Amino acid sequence: MGGHLNINHLMFLGQGALWTIGLSLIALIGGGIVGFVIALARISPLKSVRLASAIYVQLIQGTPLLVILFLGYFGIAAIGLKVSPLVAAGASLTLYVAAYLGEIWRGCIQSVPKPQWEAAEGLALSRTQRMVKVILPQAIRIATPPTVGFMVQIIKNTSLASVVGFVELMRSGQIVNNSLFEPFAIYAIIAVTYFAMCYPLSLFSQRLERRMGRGRSNLAPA
Amino acid sequence: MQQNAPSSEPIVSLHNVQKSFGALRVLDGVSFAVARGEVLALIGRSGSGKSTALRCIDRFEKVDGGQIVVCGHRVDRPDVNLRALRQDVGIVFQSYNLFPHLTIEQNITLAPCAVKGMATSQAKDLARKVLAQVGLDEKLHAYPEQLSGGQQQRAAIARSLAMQPKVMLFDEVTSALDPELTGEVLKVIEQLAADGMTMVMVTHEMGFAKGIADRIVFMHRGKVHETGPASILTSPTTPELTQFVGTGNLKS
Repeated sequence: MGGHLNINHLMFLGQGALWTIGLSLIALIGGGIVGFVIALARISPLKSVRLASAIYVQLIQGTPLLVILFLGYFGIAAIGLKVSPLVAAGASLTLYVAAYLGEIWRGCIQSVPKPQWEAAEGLALSRTQRMVKVILPQAIRIATPPTVGFMVQIIKNTSLASVVGFVELMRSGQIVNNSLFEPFAIYAIIAVTYFAMCYPLSLFSQRLERRMGRGRSNLAPA
Repeated sequence: MQQNAPSSEPIVSLHNVQKSFGALRVLDGVSFAVARGEVLALIGRSGSGKSTALRCIDRFEKVDGGQIVVCGHRVDRPDVNLRALRQDVGIVFQSYNLFPHLTIEQNITLAPCAVKGMATSQAKDLARKVLAQVGLDEKLHAYPEQLSGGQQQRAAIARSLAMQPKVMLFDEVTSALDPELTGEVLKVIEQLAADGMTMVMVTHEMGFAKGIADRIVFMHRGKVHETGPASILTSPTTPELTQFVGTGNLKS
């Protein structure tokens, strides 16, 4: 054991970073799909659907992600189902991200002014047509900056998947450190790597927000 | 009622309509009817219930009691076919409400294509036609925010016309416009009236109402307080209408 940080260690960390990106994408895509359903359910005309989705959102938002991950890995295993760390982490993050994206997107859909709904209704469009052709195109433009901003949270939160043994960036750093005992150097590399992934997204989100703020002209495609 | 003369049947009729928002009684037994080709102006102070009455016709508000029949649809009933009703009724709002992410042409062709299943090329011809009707043919490919308020409102009227409604509702359509732009919108409405369109309009433009309306309904505290031909604006019989038209509302 011991020795110095070499290219093999760095490649191992690089592999971990790739898994961080991979897990983030799984969480974003899975959470995005489920979150979209949640957003629609939250504004459903059916009260039971609205209530069920609201309970889901409150439950998830009121539970630490770490606990969800433990439940998804050790908890499920305890009742006899064996799941891999990837499946457990992917599923837990999907459930977690869905609750937040669902709420963000519900807010975006509802922030499309009510008269837009009424105008679409007055033209005899069905509820689905109103949603697809009038409301969602406007809501998506409103939703883009906060969604990109939330992706930063997803990337950072994937580090928690290390506790169920999923070897992403954080976990690979721990493993390397266990053999080298150079915590400052190694965790600094980890921190910089996370920053390098998150900062461009933060910048992009800010730029999108500024562009939106410059008036509706930028809402229109060129 | 004569069975063989459908043209004498009113297109819109309200009978003893009741509507409350919480404890506030907004419509307290409102009745009036609009015949085919007639232009009816709903006037009154803010809060008199005129806009609510108009919105009840297109069922943007549900009534608590009474009867509303629009082009044969029983609007007061919960089982009314809303999509059928709204194909017969066009509505234009104070705030235009064009769809900002669509061009003027797309704004106009959306409903004919989606609701009536019209072919795109046919809908585009229709868009050109209705835009010419409101004097905006050159704005086909503009986005709403590139238009002035008056132009946006004319485009909104064109969008409504493209569905070929049997009756059009106008809810204070010039209230958000400065006087210069008001004129161009009123001219379009005048032309529609001349073409025989049945219209119900809530308006604060008394001079305009006087010039265009076949009948005036003056609402006061949720009731139809006085009704009659446009001449009631110059010779009102109730003290409330006298006061209303006397407070500088009658311009022109």
